Amino acid sequence: MTEKINPEYQEEIHVVKPSLYGAILIILLILTALTAGISFIDLGVFNAVIALAIACLKASLVILFFMHMHYSSRLLKMTLGAGLFAFGLLVTLTLSDYVTRAWGRW
Amino acid sequence: MDSQVTATVTQEDEMRATHPPFMKHHFATLSQQRETASMGMWVFLMTEIMFFGGLFCAYLIFRNWYLPAFSAGSNALSVVFGTTMTAILILSSFTMAMAVYSAQMRRKRPLVAFMFITLILGLVFLTIKGVEWHGEYVEHHVPGMDFSIQAFVHPTNPKAVPLAPDMAEKSQLFFSLYFLMTGMHALHMIIGISVLCFLLWKATKNAYTEGHVMPIENFGLYWHFVDIIWIFLFPLLYLISRYR
Repeated sequence: MTEKINPEYQEEIHVVKPSLYGAILIILLILTALTAGISFIDLGVFNAVIALAIACLKASLVILFFMHMHYSSRLLKMTLGAGLFAFGLLVTLTLSDYVTRAWGRW
Repeated sequence: MDSQVTATVTQEDEMRATHPPFMKHHFATLSQQRETASMGMWVFLMTEIMFFGGLFCAYLIFRNWYLPAFSAGSNALSVVFGTTMTAILILSSFTMAMAVYSAQMRRKRPLVAFMFITLILGLVFLTIKGVEWHGEYVEHHVPGMDFSIQAFVHPTNPKAVPLAPDMAEKSQLFFSLYFLMTGMHALHMIIGISVLCFLLWKATKNAYTEGHVMPIENFGLYWHFVDIIWIFLFPLLYLISRYR
């Protein structure tokens, strides 16, 4: 990554090197192949765990580097955190509703 | 040098230097404008997380309750198509990031080229999605349109586990979620492609190679987000219990 001052407008913009983009691309493609491959191996309940873990890793790479979150201000990082927190709230409260009403399923 | 030509920078020159034509008056600096626009786009993306989050939550609960039906449904989808579509979207995210880089470097031809390739990849994705959906329709896997559980109660694949009819009926839930989630995703892709067409046209008119990178950056954020949604959709829909 290189910092670059936009001389005309006295603005600082961070320019990420294409080689970093390329590296992230290769890693993402490898992880995709990995996800698909591992799904054909019987690991019981861990199939879902590993698939989601790899998906979260891929999403993190995209967010940090393609979406420049790694180079962004804390304000933007907090915005992302707030969104993820709200999603966590959605899932947690919905599940707690279902889990506490068995209806013969849970 | 001629001392009559004043060496001091006039106020007008200074204004022009720090207030480019695309800077709005209610911002103090260009950086602030960029940061504000970025935050606006991120807040929108967070609302989109909530939007898709509801569908993911429904998937979570029903998959937990009816895993055999979800397994059977997932195995009816094509892993080759799914993996290909994932690779296409990841590649399009790369080309979109390169488009942002080109705009920052003020190189118009790479910018237009990368945006065009992103557009083509998006269209290829939608085409494959259409082919898939048609395939599901032909196999009677569209809930409400001649849905048939025969393939799940009497599977042709000798390794597949036949389902009891009441569990097989639950595969309609899987396919409902499949069409809803991929359909919503495809709708977001269509909107993204439309906006990309517009930005591409403006890019050919030098709109983004003179310092005004913001729209390309923010569209990039939207495009990467749609890619991330698919990154999660792929294993959840296509890779359930594939080892059977």
